[in-house]
Amino acid sequence: MSMSLVNSNSYLESLLQGQPRLQPSPLAWFNQLRANAVDHAGRLKLPTTRDEEWRFTDLSPLVRQSFQPARTAAALQSADVEHFSVAEAAIRLVFVDGKYMPELSTPAERLGNRGLIVTNLASAITANAEAIEPHLGQYARFEDNLFAALNTAFLHDGALVIVPRDAAIDTPVHVLLIATQPEAASHPRCLFIAEAGSEVTILEDYVSLNEAAYITNAVTEIAVGDNARISHIRVQRDGIEAFHIGNCAVSLAHASRYRSVSVALGARISRYDLNTVLDAEGAECVIDGLALIHDHQLADTHSSIDHAKPNCTSRQLHKCIADDSAHAVFNGKVMVRPDAQNTDSAQSSRNLLLNAKARIDTKPQLEIFANDVKCTHGATVGQLDSEELFYLKSRGLSGVAARNLLTYAFGAEIIDRIPIASLKYRLEQTVLEQTKKN
Amino acid sequence: MIHQDSKTILEVSGLRAAVDGVEILKGVDLIVKSGEVHAIMGTNGSGKSTFAKVLAGHSAYQVTGGSVLFEGRNLFDLEPEERARAGVFLAFQYPIEIPGVSNSHFLRLAYNTLQSQRGKDELDPLEFEDFVREKMRLLEMNPNFLDRGVNEGFSGGEKKRNEILQMALLEPRLAILDETDSGLDIDALRIVTNGVNKLANKDNAIILVTHYQRMLNYIEPDYVHVMRGGRIVKTGGKELALDLETRGYDWVGVERRAPASA
Ligand SMILES: Nc1ncnc2c1ncn2[C@@H]1O[C@H](COP(=O)(O)OP(=O)(O)O)[C@@H](O)[C@H]1O
Ligand SMILES: [Mg+2]
Repeated sequence: MSMSLVNSNSYLESLLQGQPRLQPSPLAWFNQLRANAVDHAGRLKLPTTRDEEWRFTDLSPLVRQSFQPARTAAALQSADVEHFSVAEAAIRLVFVDGKYMPELSTPAERLGNRGLIVTNLASAITANAEAIEPHLGQYARFEDNLFAALNTAFLHDGALVIVPRDAAIDTPVHVLLIATQPEAASHPRCLFIAEAGSEVTILEDYVSLNEAAYITNAVTEIAVGDNARISHIRVQRDGIEAFHIGNCAVSLAHASRYRSVSVALGARISRYDLNTVLDAEGAECVIDGLALIHDHQLADTHSSIDHAKPNCTSRQLHKCIADDSAHAVFNGKVMVRPDAQNTDSAQSSRNLLLNAKARIDTKPQLEIFANDVKCTHGATVGQLDSEELFYLKSRGLSGVAARNLLTYAFGAEIIDRIPIASLKYRLEQTVLEQTKKN
Repeated sequence: MIHQDSKTILEVSGLRAAVDGVEILKGVDLIVKSGEVHAIMGTNGSGKSTFAKVLAGHSAYQVTGGSVLFEGRNLFDLEPEERARAGVFLAFQYPIEIPGVSNSHFLRLAYNTLQSQRGKDELDPLEFEDFVREKMRLLEMNPNFLDRGVNEGFSGGEKKRNEILQMALLEPRLAILDETDSGLDIDALRIVTNGVNKLANKDNAIILVTHYQRMLNYIEPDYVHVMRGGRIVKTGGKELALDLETRGYDWVGVERRAPASA
């Protein structure tokens, strides 16, 4: 890594210490992409609460912690990961502390779907460079995003999904990213491409076998081709001391559809940025999110939906549930560009505070530069409804059971939108457990 | 049915209650024994629902005087859920909707809570499904109401049926039915009241709150009380309800109106 990066910031220095030198790729554009990112990472500073985009998310605990690149990954047996498996998903890619685990994975070639590529990026990039180059690094901008810059500077491996033209993949693709090592830093990079007319469901699933501090700095780029459809489920159930920084950038082509459900349950501090660009007419996105946190957790979701072209539709429902001293943040920007006439957008932020010490900051932001549009947005922060609680108690439910049931129902509205039944069930059980206080 | 060896279930004496500092119940007296059906009638705003919700333990109402004994225990020592577990049941005049909580999940939770309280076996989801469907047949309810949110999008009449379904599941000692007849067409009224009659027995008691005598054609009360200005001002047999139907409420209790300084 270049000196400028190391010198720029003592925090970055610690993050970089011992980072193995990445082998130069035979692909010039790829080396150039990394070099650009190194350059930017060197100039960018760790954001502070003085930065508008990070007002509520204080990263100083991150600086007080030291991280190293993951050592050679622990030899996990399939039994160790079995309870994370999702029955419906016949295709699975497993990464442990950022490293691809072929022996735990079921990549696509074993299924015989012709032309479908589901494998790890590092092994496939040279052979598929032509398909990858137009997308990799094109959507997740890092000019003013330190974490995206670092991820790109360290760009090495992650999940690669390329769904060929007009193919409909009838099994969900499960990308399972497992953290096992304390103090490890990993920078998984995923790229999902749905070529024209194709259809796929992808589960991006961050889990942990480790309750110590570690950092995951993930970037995912998604390209949805003309008339293609991607359903993207993102579950963040990192360990309770973990730091999770996720950036996801989505680009939608003509009449394509992106459907996303993201659920944040874990991590001490998590930040998820989801940037969707409706980049051609007739594109449509439905983006739902749930953050369910307690204790001292902080979960910050920033989303941006960019109506860059006319006749596009966006729907967003984001919910936060904060208990104890937890702090949830939602910032949802919807931008309607000057020629994006006939935009149809609705955004809603619904929030539930379960404790007087908990805090939720929500900020829907609508920026409209076109005149013929239909845009609505709204935000509420509230507590459990006392009439609903009374009704349940009048039927014999304890105060605690009544509260749990209502909290569960609030969160279940989002989880119900996950199109994978076993995952939905599992998460509903998790929510029941997490909301259960006796 | 009034009978010899009945036990006192509810004993209300001089009950006063206020909401936001405004007194609404101004000294209610009522004794209900097992096997009995009592009707409480009265014009809108006379305090009937307030009385019902005070008995159920709604926190918006402050008890400012008097006492209520439920099977000999001070009812006000019990939290709402403890009252329910002891056998007090209120079918709400306006049952609320709880979107997101599935009706079957809710009904099973409530049922199992009371079962375990009574030292009886809980039912798993499949067993409960069979059990609740049988109860629903009694009320001629479509089983698909189980899959919806609690009262979510139910019509007025469907909500009332769902209340009586809960009564059928929970088998209370004292059921207070607040205007259960409102919102029911004549067929539904017949079905619902038929269900209530099947649930009535010599060990439990029912208080029917209504301001029409229509429902009393189907469920025959042993006593009819008239509430006015937060008190029970007249008590009679079932013929009183017919009197009220023809003469209205204006004449009732006028002779007993308390002086303003009382
Ligand atoms: N929660 C409340 N807040 C304010 N006023 C109330 C409340 N509940 C009842 N009241 C008032 O108390 C009186 C009696 O109401 P209610 O008990 O509902 O009468 P009924 O059921 O006989 O029609 C009315 O004047 C009503 O406005
Ligand atoms: Mg009333």
